[in-house]
Amino acid sequence: MNLDHAILTIILCTPLLGAGVLALLPERDGAKTHHIAALAVTLLTFLFTLHLPSHFSAATNAGFQFDQNLPWIPSPSIRYHVGVDGLSMWLVVLTGLLAPLGVLASWHSIRARAKTFFVLFLLQQVAMIGIFIALDLFLYYGFWELSLVPMALLIATFGRTENRRRAAIKFFLYAFIPSAILLVAIVWLYARTGTFDMPTLQALAAAHHISPNNHALWLCSLAFLVAFAVKVPIFPLHGWLSDAIQEAPTAAVMVLAGKLGLYSILRFSFGIFPEQSRHIAPLLIALGAIGIVYGALIALVQNDLKKLAAFSTLSHVSFIALGIFTFTVAGVDGGVFQLLNESLIGAALFILLGLLYERYGTYDMRDYGGLAARHPWMITFYVITSLAAVGLPMMNGFVGEFLILSGAMQSFARHHIAWAVLGTSGVIFSAAYMLTLIQRVFYGKTGYRPDEVQGWDLTGREHLELWPLAALFLVMGLASPYWTRAIDTFGTAVADRPQSFEPVHLKHMETETYPSPRASAQHGAFVDPTLAAAAQGQPAPTTDKGAKY
Amino acid sequence: MNPNLLWLIPLLPFAGFLLNGTLGRRLPRAAVTSIALLFTLLPALIVCDLWLYFKAAAAPLSLAVQSHPWIAITGFQVNFAFTVDHLTLVMLSVVTGVGFLIHIYSAGYMAHEDGYWRFFAYLNLFMFFMLVLVLSSSFLLLFVGWEGVGLASYLLIGFYFGRDSAANAGKKAFVVNRIGDFGFLLAMFLLIAHFGTLSFDQVFSALAAQPALHGGFLTAICLLLVVGAAGKSAQIPLYIWLPDAMEGPTPVSALIHAATMVTAGIYMVARCHSLFDRSPFALAVVACIGAATALMSATIGLVQHDIKRVLAYSTVSQLGYMFLACGVGAYSAGIFHLMTHAFFKALLFLSAGSVIHALSGEQDMRVMGGLRKRIPVTFWCMTAGVFAIAGMPFFSGFFSKDEILYQVFTSHAPGAKLLWLIGVTTALLTSFYMFRLWFKTFFGAPRFDERSLAAGHGAHDDHNKAAEAEHDSGQAAHAHGVHESPAVMTVPLTVLALLSVIGGFVGVPIAFGGHNEFEHFLDPVFTAYGAGQSLAEPSAPASTALTLTAIAVTCFLLGLLAAYMLYVRNPGRAGHLAQQFQPVYTVLDRKYWVDQVYDALIVTPLLVLSRGLLGGLIDTGVIQGTGGAAGGLTCGLGGLARRIQSGNLRSYAGWIAAGAAVLIAVVLFGLHPHF
Repeated sequence: MNLDHAILTIILCTPLLGAGVLALLPERDGAKTHHIAALAVTLLTFLFTLHLPSHFSAATNAGFQFDQNLPWIPSPSIRYHVGVDGLSMWLVVLTGLLAPLGVLASWHSIRARAKTFFVLFLLQQVAMIGIFIALDLFLYYGFWELSLVPMALLIATFGRTENRRRAAIKFFLYAFIPSAILLVAIVWLYARTGTFDMPTLQALAAAHHISPNNHALWLCSLAFLVAFAVKVPIFPLHGWLSDAIQEAPTAAVMVLAGKLGLYSILRFSFGIFPEQSRHIAPLLIALGAIGIVYGALIALVQNDLKKLAAFSTLSHVSFIALGIFTFTVAGVDGGVFQLLNESLIGAALFILLGLLYERYGTYDMRDYGGLAARHPWMITFYVITSLAAVGLPMMNGFVGEFLILSGAMQSFARHHIAWAVLGTSGVIFSAAYMLTLIQRVFYGKTGYRPDEVQGWDLTGREHLELWPLAALFLVMGLASPYWTRAIDTFGTAVADRPQSFEPVHLKHMETETYPSPRASAQHGAFVDPTLAAAAQGQPAPTTDKGAKY
Repeated sequence: MNPNLLWLIPLLPFAGFLLNGTLGRRLPRAAVTSIALLFTLLPALIVCDLWLYFKAAAAPLSLAVQSHPWIAITGFQVNFAFTVDHLTLVMLSVVTGVGFLIHIYSAGYMAHEDGYWRFFAYLNLFMFFMLVLVLSSSFLLLFVGWEGVGLASYLLIGFYFGRDSAANAGKKAFVVNRIGDFGFLLAMFLLIAHFGTLSFDQVFSALAAQPALHGGFLTAICLLLVVGAAGKSAQIPLYIWLPDAMEGPTPVSALIHAATMVTAGIYMVARCHSLFDRSPFALAVVACIGAATALMSATIGLVQHDIKRVLAYSTVSQLGYMFLACGVGAYSAGIFHLMTHAFFKALLFLSAGSVIHALSGEQDMRVMGGLRKRIPVTFWCMTAGVFAIAGMPFFSGFFSKDEILYQVFTSHAPGAKLLWLIGVTTALLTSFYMFRLWFKTFFGAPRFDERSLAAGHGAHDDHNKAAEAEHDSGQAAHAHGVHESPAVMTVPLTVLALLSVIGGFVGVPIAFGGHNEFEHFLDPVFTAYGAGQSLAEPSAPASTALTLTAIAVTCFLLGLLAAYMLYVRNPGRAGHLAQQFQPVYTVLDRKYWVDQVYDALIVTPLLVLSRGLLGGLIDTGVIQGTGGAAGGLTCGLGGLARRIQSGNLRSYAGWIAAGAAVLIAVVLFGLHPHF
């Protein structure tokens, strides 16, 4: 039997069924039933995800693969359409890999209410996989909203301090309010085009058949972009991040930031609103470069390890934002590759911070010091992870950062050189804060906390969590073409080929800012005549519809 | 020979690193040593094989290997690829040869240290990255080695991590190097943007195909590369990390911070000579940086008391010479000095290590003296090194330094005569401070207390406990009193001493009846892509060369004489002079306050900015505050709305009536919004 068309559904349903089974298992004190069951489910899921890279075709025009397209609701026309391409394929595998590691990381830290924890954790995984594979906007939105609930509950229930409810509410509100606007935008799109199907929408967008009304398109694209940017988070929308990271348990933090928002920008903002995305790119490049330095500088002066990690996360996802909005092959490829790296490095870092917390019960660096002699393996993994995070060559972080920044240098955006330079300066600050972390925790004199508590070096389970990650850092740093081959099919499709991009289609919007005589010469050839005519001042359809109801 | 042997040159030390890094903790010390030595000896043998091959083939040639792509995306690809040409061969010999000798020495020096396996693992890791650096055939792979040696340096400087000063020095070295790497990265991005590739061969060929291309973005690229080189090779303004790096064990200072890693910047500039030849401005910058660094650090070296710090500042100063040579387009002279410097500076550091070893960790020259008879082998080796660096005629340093000064004097570079004057002054200062070190350490009356030395041994057994120890404590617990080092340390010293004495004879200038073979050997490299407009005068009269040599020898003698007068004939005189010229002395003693100025102007403002403005005001205030305010607003509105739902029937009736009234009013008074 050919698995190819069912595999994504299987990947999606395994954790879902697993969550159901876990919910039915009885909970007993001290028993590890749920831990073991969750580990089995997540490992099984991971095994299934490995089918994807082994059967993926890296041909340029392969489009969406492993797709399954079934009718669900005839009217409005909603379909169960799933599939992956070069962008999402590795993200699905990544989600599969991080889940068992997350279960292992929760082995000891989650004692009470293990059932609730693992059911929510598996549901979170379902939502994430769903987001990556859904090709129907309605289906996608369902998973997008689903991803909020388990995470908010995980933070509120299993948070570390009294502050957890506040952090959960903050996280929820930050993510939910823009999502509501996103829903409006999706409904408007459906009203204009009569379809939720992503490939169809993408084709329509390429042919400028979505809507003749440019203002409405702009509003719609902004609704998409803001909802995703909050989730990333892109500076300055990161208000929720440090609270959520500080509170959330290790396993939840590992999947918190970056992936979903950035993937959605790449898939939907770039797919449905190609011109609008290009026009707003200079702003996003600037925000990315600022975010890199801003996050790194704040991380430099933190005393709290988790806060440091939170702002370093901000810095890292800003790198990716900078890369993808350059619309160069190097930038987009590097950005997607770095998305994988950042998730792995972040996961390793949060696991490592969790190890310290399990032993000494604090995240305050001032309590630590001189641990290197006591935990030789732990310091080894800390150093390896730091090196990957600061982008040392031969580690995965370097390949991503290098491609991103070299893409930024080639980008069409105005002032791109200045922003590329600013972004590159992030490599100095990232080295500074990561080495500060290592020095303050592991070097120098023993802090007072380690005197009180008996520490121990890594256990077998902890080795099991960290070795795959460390090995991946090195392998992905040395053999990046294995990953970028698939990513490149997406990158070349999104990036501007030389000369193909001219800000033609939006000329009437931005005449002052983008004067381009060549563009007007080609005007007739490129622009749909109805679009040009209709753009002359019709009222915005969104306002129309809103008022009608 | 089989070109695939090239892969083994760096990979063998890497294998040594992996073995010692993972299993070393459980292995006996002898096994750790054998692994580390074997995996550095084999690359050295392969390099010997390369020499035979290059000697056998008459024509200038190069050897290249290439493997699968490392980074491959549409429009850009980088492979793992190594090339050996004449320049690389010189570098390979220096790195593997001197590296192997220092490995042997370390086996003796570190014999009684904790973390013995860790030390050798890091040392092999360093060899791996350094060999990648010199073998690479593209900017990006060179950058791998470039950052990698920085990492190894970080790990080795912080080897005694229990000491705050060591941990700080390691971090400082890495971060300052990262500032240089920032420039290197930007240079690479510009290269990609303009040439679409990072391979040396392709970039330089593209450059050779456009002979008209000068200045412009090439200047930008070159200046950014200079930033990188200044970071790695400890030049102004980024030299500040190197003196602090002396916190590492002494063999590390010899290998990384004198002989090999810090010369990477000079190697890179020489490697990219095609770029630099097109940008006279960048070359002038290189020359000025080199001259300024040479002079400034030589003056600081005059007044240091720590034996390793004197050598550290002298290293910075000598690297300045090499920069100066590159800056006037005399790349082979720079590489020549790089080679001889590797010999005599490694020798000086290792001898200093032997002195420190003899004195059980004492590094302060004020409490040395009279060691000549006590540790004779070390004394004679050190003497060879001191004479070589000071420019004693016919020692190695004499030829290479002379060549640089000659090239500077005869070059067309703007201000060449001034640069030469600075170079000569530096030579005088170098001679003085090296003989000062020599006299203070080995002559006069002993100023140390033997009993306290013997008693001090116990405290150094455990480095975690000896965290307060001020100085490098790489010395033995077995020894009592002043003692000569074991053969495992003195044999490498002797070999290096021999090289320091005779190493210069590969480059005897024509004026002395030689053939300047070294320069001819490197010629194919520096003319491969068409000779740039050479700044060096091709045929100055031989009398000029002899006059310049006479001046240099005079400087050497003057320095020797001054040091002799001040530290042997009349030992109290130096103190009086320091009193007399108190302001000058203070400036030098405080190293021109450069560290303090950087702290006050860059580090502190950055931290204040991060903590106060960004972290405090913007993040907590504006960004968190906006979120908080939005949350508060929602709560407030919710609170108001809750009032409506009071459960009170009369108020509900009232709300209904009010609502109806509004509706009626709207209908009646024609408020017609555009429904």
